[in-house]
Amino acid sequence: MQIENPLPIVSPGNTRASVTEAITQPPLTPARQTPRFWAIGFGVAFIGVMIFLLAVTELFYRGVGIWGINIPVAWAFAIVNFVWWIGIGHAGTLISAILLLLRQEWRTSINRFAEAMTLFAVAQAGMFPILHLGRPWLFYWLLPYPNTQWLWPQFRSPLIWDAFAVLTYFTVSVLFWYVGLVPDLATLRDRATSKFAKITYGIFALGWRNSTRQWLHYTRTYWLLAALATPLVISVHSIIGMDFAYAQVPGWHSTIFPPYFVAGAIFSGFAMVITLGVPLRKFYHFEGFITERHLDNMAKVMLAVGLIVGYGYIMEIVTPLYGGDPTEIHTMLDRFTGAYSPFYIALLSINIGLTQTLWIKRVRRSPWVLWVVAIIINVGMWLERFTIIVQSLHVDFLPSSWHMYWPTIWDIFTFVGTIGLFFALFYGFVRLLPAISVFEMRELVTHHKEPEKPQELPAQGD
Amino acid sequence: MTMENRKLYGLLAEFESPEELLSAIHRVREEGYRRIEVYTPYPMEEVTEALQLPSSPIPWFILAGAIGGIVFGFGMQFIATTIMLRWNIGGRPTDSWPAYIPITFEMMVLFASFAGLIGLFALDGLPQPYHPVFNVPEFVEHGSTDHYFLAVEGRDLKFDRRDTRQFLLGLGAYHVSEVGV
Repeated sequence: MQIENPLPIVSPGNTRASVTEAITQPPLTPARQTPRFWAIGFGVAFIGVMIFLLAVTELFYRGVGIWGINIPVAWAFAIVNFVWWIGIGHAGTLISAILLLLRQEWRTSINRFAEAMTLFAVAQAGMFPILHLGRPWLFYWLLPYPNTQWLWPQFRSPLIWDAFAVLTYFTVSVLFWYVGLVPDLATLRDRATSKFAKITYGIFALGWRNSTRQWLHYTRTYWLLAALATPLVISVHSIIGMDFAYAQVPGWHSTIFPPYFVAGAIFSGFAMVITLGVPLRKFYHFEGFITERHLDNMAKVMLAVGLIVGYGYIMEIVTPLYGGDPTEIHTMLDRFTGAYSPFYIALLSINIGLTQTLWIKRVRRSPWVLWVVAIIINVGMWLERFTIIVQSLHVDFLPSSWHMYWPTIWDIFTFVGTIGLFFALFYGFVRLLPAISVFEMRELVTHHKEPEKPQELPAQGD
Repeated sequence: MTMENRKLYGLLAEFESPEELLSAIHRVREEGYRRIEVYTPYPMEEVTEALQLPSSPIPWFILAGAIGGIVFGFGMQFIATTIMLRWNIGGRPTDSWPAYIPITFEMMVLFASFAGLIGLFALDGLPQPYHPVFNVPEFVEHGSTDHYFLAVEGRDLKFDRRDTRQFLLGLGAYHVSEVGV
């Protein structure tokens, strides 16, 4: 019996010098030779940044009344976007950390840009709760700081856990990303031709010189940071799930929320990695490094966590029926029949329905088809958060307090603005830093000189 | 050791393949050289073993950071809710420790990560503004790209400018450079 020849994780014919050259070329391109697609993409993203600044300025000037929020729907776009963005961020850490611990070599060419995606997504996410505070300049009230009244934050509230979790997550993600970058910054320092680039990369490379003693402590640190980041991701999104589960709002008060949120985060995060990775490999000609094997593997992870998310949806329908609480049952039925039912039906069709196309190998291995599927899944996951937050809040316990929520133009501007800011940061990253970990690719090509041959399995036992 | 050796940081031998480098390391160590440093464009466990380096103490830094984070995180919440802002809400216990676990965990991860970074900087001597090996143009060109380097330091007791150079060339070094201080 012959098993199928696996697709290579790096295309044959690459050497240490060729991968170094190919990956360091985009950041070391002189400013005047910036590729046109980069300039256009950055320009479009920059319009988004301007929209963001406009929306935030208006918000700071006039307050959260410019948004469509009301009572009972006090959490709306701001929290939907917060959960959506931070969920996207989680895939980067998981790709880097869990796959490193599991010694999955295929992670090497996607971990760097996935980590950058994490940072930029968490940065967008972190802004929303602060913008939503009403008096954002008092955000430091969330933190324990010395004050004359001896007041402390409410340490028993998931919202305070959330502040600690997100700040820790962002800080640790920055550390992990930077530690991973140091040897590559040294490569850029050594290869840069302009004095400015040499000095700038040199400062951030910290004098790294690839000595064995340095590598010894380095690999140990990187490995342990990965071991710390893995449970951190789970804890952060579980705490975000608890933000909802601890409240008594029908549709929120459920023990399934923490794991269900973690699965949803991984699902949407992998979708975003594919959304960014497919154009990245196309425009920077990284097809030899980010191969169809990577897309295939990521699609499989997406399918697996997508099924867990689907299980969560089914449980959200079954649990109220089993529990028998009339308000819970009403909220569940309202999702199918109420004002927001088109969103709920759409998210079920996307996140349960469309995800099943990933069983088909041709979908997983056609980059642009997979890209379209991933983008639609991103939309589906946004709708999921919208339904959980807005739909659950708008029909709470007392019919007299029920209220519809409609977003205003400022809700939309703030959201679109963060998408612009995210892409502007991402464009800056691929222009200035190596989008693929160079030293890990050197290791990979050295150890994978021969493409893997189809394996003959022994006849027995089949 | 002659006077002129003191002006040298050492000799830097360049190898093109990991196999040549590894056999060279074994020969250099058999010959009795001890002050040697190896540069590889990616981490190589084989080199760490060949040099018989002791295992990294980084895990101890991380452990210390983790314990510090747990003590800080839990202690802060415990003291705040039982002493500094003791608030009786319907007779519920003020030392409700299960609620402190999430923040304790986050502080553990945060402190452990910083301890790891501090340990890395301390043990690897970072940031380091100057190192003599960067005086060798071949090292700058190939050290972080494709070639492997073995440095024998001038302060090694067996070091001799000419003999060591001949010895290294005899090991199949592609190129041997003198490294100025």
